[in-house]
Amino acid sequence: MNEFLWLIPALPLAGALVLILTRGNLSRTVASIIGAGSVGMAAIVAIIINLDFISSGQQAYHQVLWTWMNVDDFSPAFAFYLDALSVIFIFVITFVGFLIHIYSIGFMADDSGFSRFFAFLNLFVCSMLILVLADNLVLLYLGWEGVGLCSYLLIGFWYDEEKNGYAARKAFIITRVGDTAMAIGLFMLFSTLGTLNIQEILTQAPQAWTVGSQTAIAIAFLLLGGAVGKSAQLPLQTWLPDAMAGPSPVSALIHAATMVTAGVYLIARMHVIFELAPVAQLWVGIIGAITLLLAGFSALTQFDLKRVLAYSTISQIGYMFLALGIGAWSSAIFHFMIHAFFKALLFLGAGAVIMVLHHEHDMFKMGGLKNKLPVIYWTFLIGAASLAALPFITAGFYSKDQILWLAWAGEKGNIWFYLAALIGALVTSIYTFRMVFLTFFGEEKTHVGHGAGRLITIPLVILAVLSLLGGFIELPHTMGHVTLLSDFLQPVLPDVVLRPGTEQSEWWMQGIAAILCLLGIYVAYFFYMKRTDLRAEIKGATYELNRFWFSGWGFDALYDILFVQPFLYLARTNKNDFLDKINEGMVTGANFFHKTFALTQNGVMRWYIMGIVVGAILILSLGLLLH
Amino acid sequence: MNNVPVEAGLILAGILFILGLISVLIRRNIIFMLISVEIMLNAAGLAFIVAGARWGQPDGQVMFIFIVTMAAAEVSVGLALILQIYHQIKTLDGDAANRMKG
Amino acid sequence: MILLWFIIILMGSGVLAWIAAQWNTQLCRWISLLALVINFVFATLLWLDTERLSEPASTWISTFKVDWIPTFGISFNLALDGLSLLMLLLTFLLGALGVVASWREIQYRVGFYHFNLLWVLAGIAGVFLTMDLFLFYFFWEVMLIPMYFLIGIWGHENRNYAAFKFFIYTQASGLLMLLAILGLYFVHGRTSGIYTFNYFELLDTVMAPGTERWLMLGFLIAFIVKLPVVPFHNWLPDAHSEAPTAGSLILAGLLLKTGAYGLLRFVVPLFPNASLEIAPFAMLFGVIGILYGALLAYSQTDLKRLVAYTSVSHMGFVILGVFAFNELAWQGVVMQMITHGISTGALFLIAGALYERTHTRNIEKMRGFWAKMPFMATIGLIFSMASLGLPGLGNFVAEFLTLVGAWQSNPILTIFATVGLVAATAYSLRIMQKIFYGKVELTYTLPDLSIREKFVLVPMVVVIITLGLFPQPVLDTTRPLVQDILNNTKEAGIKKETILQQEEMLGLKGGSHE
Repeated sequence: MNEFLWLIPALPLAGALVLILTRGNLSRTVASIIGAGSVGMAAIVAIIINLDFISSGQQAYHQVLWTWMNVDDFSPAFAFYLDALSVIFIFVITFVGFLIHIYSIGFMADDSGFSRFFAFLNLFVCSMLILVLADNLVLLYLGWEGVGLCSYLLIGFWYDEEKNGYAARKAFIITRVGDTAMAIGLFMLFSTLGTLNIQEILTQAPQAWTVGSQTAIAIAFLLLGGAVGKSAQLPLQTWLPDAMAGPSPVSALIHAATMVTAGVYLIARMHVIFELAPVAQLWVGIIGAITLLLAGFSALTQFDLKRVLAYSTISQIGYMFLALGIGAWSSAIFHFMIHAFFKALLFLGAGAVIMVLHHEHDMFKMGGLKNKLPVIYWTFLIGAASLAALPFITAGFYSKDQILWLAWAGEKGNIWFYLAALIGALVTSIYTFRMVFLTFFGEEKTHVGHGAGRLITIPLVILAVLSLLGGFIELPHTMGHVTLLSDFLQPVLPDVVLRPGTEQSEWWMQGIAAILCLLGIYVAYFFYMKRTDLRAEIKGATYELNRFWFSGWGFDALYDILFVQPFLYLARTNKNDFLDKINEGMVTGANFFHKTFALTQNGVMRWYIMGIVVGAILILSLGLLLH
Repeated sequence: MNNVPVEAGLILAGILFILGLISVLIRRNIIFMLISVEIMLNAAGLAFIVAGARWGQPDGQVMFIFIVTMAAAEVSVGLALILQIYHQIKTLDGDAANRMKG
Repeated sequence: MILLWFIIILMGSGVLAWIAAQWNTQLCRWISLLALVINFVFATLLWLDTERLSEPASTWISTFKVDWIPTFGISFNLALDGLSLLMLLLTFLLGALGVVASWREIQYRVGFYHFNLLWVLAGIAGVFLTMDLFLFYFFWEVMLIPMYFLIGIWGHENRNYAAFKFFIYTQASGLLMLLAILGLYFVHGRTSGIYTFNYFELLDTVMAPGTERWLMLGFLIAFIVKLPVVPFHNWLPDAHSEAPTAGSLILAGLLLKTGAYGLLRFVVPLFPNASLEIAPFAMLFGVIGILYGALLAYSQTDLKRLVAYTSVSHMGFVILGVFAFNELAWQGVVMQMITHGISTGALFLIAGALYERTHTRNIEKMRGFWAKMPFMATIGLIFSMASLGLPGLGNFVAEFLTLVGAWQSNPILTIFATVGLVAATAYSLRIMQKIFYGKVELTYTLPDLSIREKFVLVPMVVVIITLGLFPQPVLDTTRPLVQDILNNTKEAGIKKETILQQEEMLGLKGGSHE
């Protein structure tokens, strides 16, 4: 079966090509069959191959399609590599992707760009699959930039709004900053190791460098730069909240479930290099910890439903980075998978709510939807509970709890990481349930349109089920100790090493996490359900802080001053190219001499004769003098 | 002939030449300018004769005949031009013929 | 012999087209198109032919040589290797597309227009083919004068200024090259006793380092003005933005490439040591060009000017790569020459198509054209992406190879060059943003691309994607040449070192005598 691996990215690509080439001339039914069907087929192929992979005892499979370029000893190929890590990623991408496609058929039903939308989505899925399947970093870079392009196209999908275009452009440029760092990392890798094949790098790196070598650290930081850009982590996180300009399925697919986790994938994939560069790995953790806090506090102050989810995504990916930073590789992947389920669910649910309310994004204008939209309410609630890590029943609890505990107990963990993660957990549950209470409880404030169709609710239900049950593939030591996922990933990603003497701490730490989650829910309940009158007071008292958090800690303004304005200033002042002044100078000079010498040409014959005489005398005397 | 020193002949030619030159520069009447040019030509011719006599070569006389021929041609063309100028601007003032200025 | 025919067909049909236009302008267009298609087909056949030879006997695929002025050692010497072949293919392809692109745009003095167009192309083809420096200079001028007419007669409002600027810049730099050619001729004649303009013989010229430096500078200036390298780029935005569509296409797609070609063909092989010496500075200027061009591209409001400055930026990669002195970078440079020709050419065609419809080149006056012209928007998107170097399109292969290669010789400069990719994103997306995003109420109709325009642009899309995914045939075609030059350079370096060592030893001996 493995030889059909190429079909997994090829099917969505074929779908995209058909949809692009027919240029919207297909009927909606056909377009949706091609769009969703191709991803569905890819999902089926992926599942079959994955089962095959598991049953064959995890034989890594390498498929070379063709040599891309072959110059000197630089020869990246179009080749795919299947191992446990990519298996998990292709499963999540195709499966969640398929559900989102199904949802999109209902969501985009009335949009004039229906088949264009599916073309872009398919192209995105294709690029993402290439990214995770690539056997070399150049092909990975192709997928990496491909998802960037699709993200650009999908954020700016509704092109008749100029600001959507600006949001899309911002996303592309900011992620490109990270990509550039990554590209430089690739140059360095190639010049030191002479290859960009991932497996070769992973085997050669430990031989070439000792732990803490300068080159390894530089490369790790450069790769981290790429990851930070794509995964919207500090300091390149500012594009993600604006990226919510795109249609909701896009936010679900790209900005929650798959693309933003590409950075997590990259770091996990290149974990050998990060282990060789402990400083860089520490920084992965620090960036994760800071980002998860900053984004969490920002989420508290948003009133646009999707922006809350955007900041929440940044924050959750911060958790994954934290996990990577402490070497808990499989925990990061675990959280990635669970996060893909519940965050896709939340985005899709939010999209449904927004659609039903006629494109109303403001949570404060929503309310009382609990009874009007029961399916959406329940599924959204499950997603929210999973995000807030409601103890024991949600998958989010298990995945996040693992990171929380390892932040303390892992060999590379420390108290600061743990505290950051803990505060983040509290904040998460506050903003999550603030969102739930504002949207679904209270009185109805906006007219509710027709309810969501089955195409929309079915994916929600499936994702809700996964958000509840997905966690049971990996249970902590205190509760059954199931390690399906980490065992599965073990050949690719090393197990986390615990600090001695921390084994016993797990149960009380889980207790703290559980209490904090419930506390957060209560806080949200207290301020947004019980004593809504207190809200205005607090808001008045903390107006400045609120504004600061609302703007995402002022990063946009900072970058505006530091980079955008200087660039624009240079561009504006030098619009006419100051170097052109050299030419203008030459022209002016020529004109000046022309005018000056033209004065001597006055038409008076005797003047000319005089000139001849003077000239002759000069030449004669020169000749005499030089003799 | 032989007891006239070369220097004297050349000085005479020089004086003639400078006289012609000065009068070309200070005269405004074109006919006088033309006459002055003739004087300068003759000065050059004289210098050739003197030099030819000094070296005992015929070249000097050959050159003088050339100059005489050229002067004749020049005078005819010059006079024709002067006539044309007089037709055009009704004066013989050389400074008035400055329509070719840049 | 076929090499001669390439040029004769172009020149002959140029005259023919001029005559034919007296009666029928359509006929004139068809003659021009036919000539280019014939040439393209023959060049393609030649390529397929060489592809079959998996292990070519020599780098030279085809040669042609007759004496021209034997007294001075001037011969009519044409030769074709992988690089020339690829450049010829590009020339004929873009030429044909240029003829089609001017089908409706040019309605005035049609015959003379096509005469000039074909003669420019003949000059370019000659430049790519000739292996005699005198002949090279001749073709260099042949491509200059018709181009001057193309800009000066059929250009936009400010055409006279642009045409003069173009002419003066290229002519002045060309004269310096002529001086250097003559210098090389005499140096070679004096040392070896053979006075010849033959490229292959001049390759072995023995020169003092000082002489080599000066002669190289003469060539270098001509080529970097043509390329162009900041600060010699000022002719380019004017010429590109004022030229008619086909003129811009040929300027950006081909004329700039003659500069890059010259660097690879003449500067590096003829003067390996001097080139190595100047390499860090040249790379620095390349990086300055990349960043400065990108900044200026971002600030333009005239679409054609914007695209022109992107050329400045992209050509920075060429000079960066040429002076990196390794196979990766040189292969990247060759790819860059081809892909930039296509992607920038396509952007100029789009600018031309937009000008035909809206009668403006100001992107501030455009908005929301996606809804009106989805097909053009798609093509525009693809080529904007190409110009920002999206993987999967040809430009990525070029830029990536160049940068990987440049890294080997100068990491610091390469970092700055890579930063240029971010700037490229900014200006490329600005094109998309201003033209295609937003909402617009139009007072006039805005038809999408016509069949003729699709016929021009769709093949370019196909080519740029093919080059992005399957660049290997192109890389294979130029490999022998690139390796040849590289080996020569290395040999020259070794030779020089041994000479220096010998001199040192002699010096030591001399010292011991005293």
